[in-house]
Amino acid sequence: MKIAVAVFPGSNCEHDVEHALGLLGADVELMWHQEDDLSEFSAVVLPGGFAHGDYLRTGAIARFSPIMDEVSRLAEGGFPILGICNGFQILCEADLLPGALVANRDLNFICSMVHVRVESTAGVLTRDAEVGQVLRIPLNSYEGNFVADAATLDELEASGRVLLRYCDPAGNVTDEANPNGSARNIAAIADPGGNVVGIMPHPERAAEDVLGSSDGRVLLASFVHAAEEASR
Amino acid sequence: MTEPAHRTLGMTDDEYARVVEILGREPEPAELAMYSVMWSEHCSYKSSKPWLRRFPTEAPWVVLGPGENAGVVDIGDDWLVALRIESHNHPSFVEPYQGAATGVGGILRDIFTMGARPVGLWDALRFGPLSDPSNRYLFSGVVHGIAGYGNAVGVPTLGGEIEFADCFSKNPLVNVMALGLMRRDQLVTRAAVGEGNIAVLLGSATGRDGIGGASILASASFEEGSETKRPSVQIGDPFEEKKLIEACLELYERGLVVAIQDLGAAGISCATSECAAAGGMGMTVDLDAVHLREEAMTPGEILMSESQERMLAIVAPDDVDEVLALAHKWEIDATTIGVITGGDTLEVRHRGEIVAAVPAASLSEDAPVYHRGVERPAYLDAVWADEATLPAGLDLGSTLLRLLDDPALGDRSWIFQQYDHMLFLDTVVGPGNDGSLMRVKGTDKGLAVSTDGDALRCSLDPRRGAARIVYEAALNVAVTGAAPYAVVDNLNFGNPEKPAVMWQFAETVEGMAEACERLGVPVVGGNVSFYNETDGVDISPTPVVGMLGLADPMPQLPPRLDRAEAGMELWLIGPERGDDFAGSAYCRIVLEHRCGRPAEPDPDVARRVVEHAARLAHIAPVVHDVSSGGIAVAVAEVAIRSGVGVRLDNGDWRLLLDESPHRFVVAVEPGTDLDVSDVASRRLGVFGGDRLDFGRWGTVGLSEASRVWRQAIPRRLG
Repeated sequence: MKIAVAVFPGSNCEHDVEHALGLLGADVELMWHQEDDLSEFSAVVLPGGFAHGDYLRTGAIARFSPIMDEVSRLAEGGFPILGICNGFQILCEADLLPGALVANRDLNFICSMVHVRVESTAGVLTRDAEVGQVLRIPLNSYEGNFVADAATLDELEASGRVLLRYCDPAGNVTDEANPNGSARNIAAIADPGGNVVGIMPHPERAAEDVLGSSDGRVLLASFVHAAEEASR
Repeated sequence: MTEPAHRTLGMTDDEYARVVEILGREPEPAELAMYSVMWSEHCSYKSSKPWLRRFPTEAPWVVLGPGENAGVVDIGDDWLVALRIESHNHPSFVEPYQGAATGVGGILRDIFTMGARPVGLWDALRFGPLSDPSNRYLFSGVVHGIAGYGNAVGVPTLGGEIEFADCFSKNPLVNVMALGLMRRDQLVTRAAVGEGNIAVLLGSATGRDGIGGASILASASFEEGSETKRPSVQIGDPFEEKKLIEACLELYERGLVVAIQDLGAAGISCATSECAAAGGMGMTVDLDAVHLREEAMTPGEILMSESQERMLAIVAPDDVDEVLALAHKWEIDATTIGVITGGDTLEVRHRGEIVAAVPAASLSEDAPVYHRGVERPAYLDAVWADEATLPAGLDLGSTLLRLLDDPALGDRSWIFQQYDHMLFLDTVVGPGNDGSLMRVKGTDKGLAVSTDGDALRCSLDPRRGAARIVYEAALNVAVTGAAPYAVVDNLNFGNPEKPAVMWQFAETVEGMAEACERLGVPVVGGNVSFYNETDGVDISPTPVVGMLGLADPMPQLPPRLDRAEAGMELWLIGPERGDDFAGSAYCRIVLEHRCGRPAEPDPDVARRVVEHAARLAHIAPVVHDVSSGGIAVAVAEVAIRSGVGVRLDNGDWRLLLDESPHRFVVAVEPGTDLDVSDVASRRLGVFGGDRLDFGRWGTVGLSEASRVWRQAIPRRLG
């Protein structure tokens, strides 16, 4: 089982994702965005960073990279696809996930630990977690504010596709605990099949106690396990 | 009558005569442009050179010292660390976002031009008071510029420091430090050797931005109307730089580079002449091959352009195709613009004509050196005699709130939360603590960094002030478990043509040099920024120290300010005076008194205290340097960050607010053996409850102190 980490010009979290997935024993390979064959991989991560400088609009140029055709093909085939931060933005631009990520409510970049509550396990990001579990994970974004129309949000909630919400340390989902203004405190969502997931905070930055938290491991492990299943 | 061309380029008549002497003829316009920039104060250090020789620069672990793009030290296990600090003061005043952004971009190129991957940034920032809207504009613009560039280029910003004072109102200081990491065999230099080797220009196209940045912006003072200098500020493109970093690192990995040099101040002039001079060679450069942003640029403009995100690589002829292909893969421009030649002439061609032919080394090595006049300012006697009148007693609760409300003492997370400080998964102790600590993956080692400055104390006594910031920086890395390992310095001063400014400079160098000697830590690089003068008023002398510490091994669980718990004891390590108020936060904020003479540091005590802090970092959950605001503020920071109150035993209030050097506090479980018999130590109190309780000197609720501390910067920004 091999997991591909897509590298766009301007990506910068690819080595971090490789490192954190490596801690879980996954076999990871970085793949340049010009690649058009991911047939040997059973899962793909789109890492954080500033693909194509975030020019024009976050993810707007990256969605046209050759590797994205393969990502779409794998997504349709039910393979696990994880977009983290900028990767989440790219998945939205590529219409593999609904909604969009816009500038934070306070118009400042936010790099800070936040708390998220597991809302649903119906996605490859949260399948090993427990509903109600509170995780402490770093957020690191300027355009981290998730928006979608009310019907889409209702549909996401009704189908268990809201995977994580921003909350306070006790797990209360409040306005004060919403760092960036995201609609209904949404921090991570899944597509209808549950195999394509997008998350704004960075689970790979919370995979070791020495760095302040290992709460992100359960999310990464979920993804690795899903990838293992998909490879069979 | 029109001004002679050399004067409009910032060159004196004597300097011009010297150019004529070197060339044996009048210079061509392009040649004059090259000399004017390369001999500018910014590029040539012509006023500071004689003094900088005072710094100790040698140690067994120093691989490359001052004079290179970055200092390089060996940390063992085949790892080298490159470090450098540089100012971008004047550009940041003219255009704060781009000024700060390109400051970040420039320092990163200095690091990866050595072969190292940049892994961390620190910012030492100084502004006028935030009560003035123009200072708020500069402050938020600079922070956004650092965030906008640093985050997007993919290098974490791990810390820094900030100070506010009137003298920075029209002359903010933006000093950026960067650290890079490389395997020993990755080190590259700029020495362009090998006749016939090819010069390849990588990265952005060359435009008219930043022309004269070094000579006009950075080497002259400001007057009314400095906004018209805005075209001299460069524009940064972090995306281009990110690609350039990755492309260059792959070039090094594949062994395709003979030498490399970034294009910073003075652009192509500087890079070509320095590469050729360092290799003892000549170079022929074809300006027609340079990819331009606009047509009709003159040869002088192309040579002087400070367009960002460019590198000059020297490669073997057989490797050129592979280098160009690699650049294509990373989607950056690459063109061959020159050839290494025998002899020592830098020859520049444009449209079939030779527009410059000068001895390459003369641009960098024959720059004039000035032994400027030095005179101790007479007013200092009165300043030293004017000691603050201290009250017999005070309410420490309300006093502490005033201190915590100060934007330099309050919570700085409004700043550092805008910076990605976690990328690369190495940040063990991040911003908001004393020094930052990064692990080196695959080893037991940790790299600690602290940047420190103190314009107020240095204005009162530059020598003592400068020495004390070295000792403070050493203590700041020590509290993470590291030993001081190398120093880079950024010397920000006023107009060097004034003897009083040169006296401040000379005293500062002496103070820093002696402190570094006594700590046994080499100075491996630095930057001098003169002419920080606006409307005839000079800034306070402001040396900034960037201290690298090596923790080997790194503590398993390094101390942090948020790890105190109820029941832990609070101890002070280091000697107390109770009378060192000159330049203190209490005098500045509460008494509005900025005079007196700071206490002299004690090198022997400093060294012992630093060693104790580094040792205790392996056993104590909190080890915190005592600096601005004295013990009272140091303890409040621990209590606020840990969310637990503290009760201090009674003592003289002056011991809680004075700022005598070489002290730190630790929080430990009762009964812990601190083993500090050779320096003073005292139990200060115990953690618990929800108040900061100073006994008969008053008390304040932890939540109120926390609220005031957190709002110190945000409430001023509205």
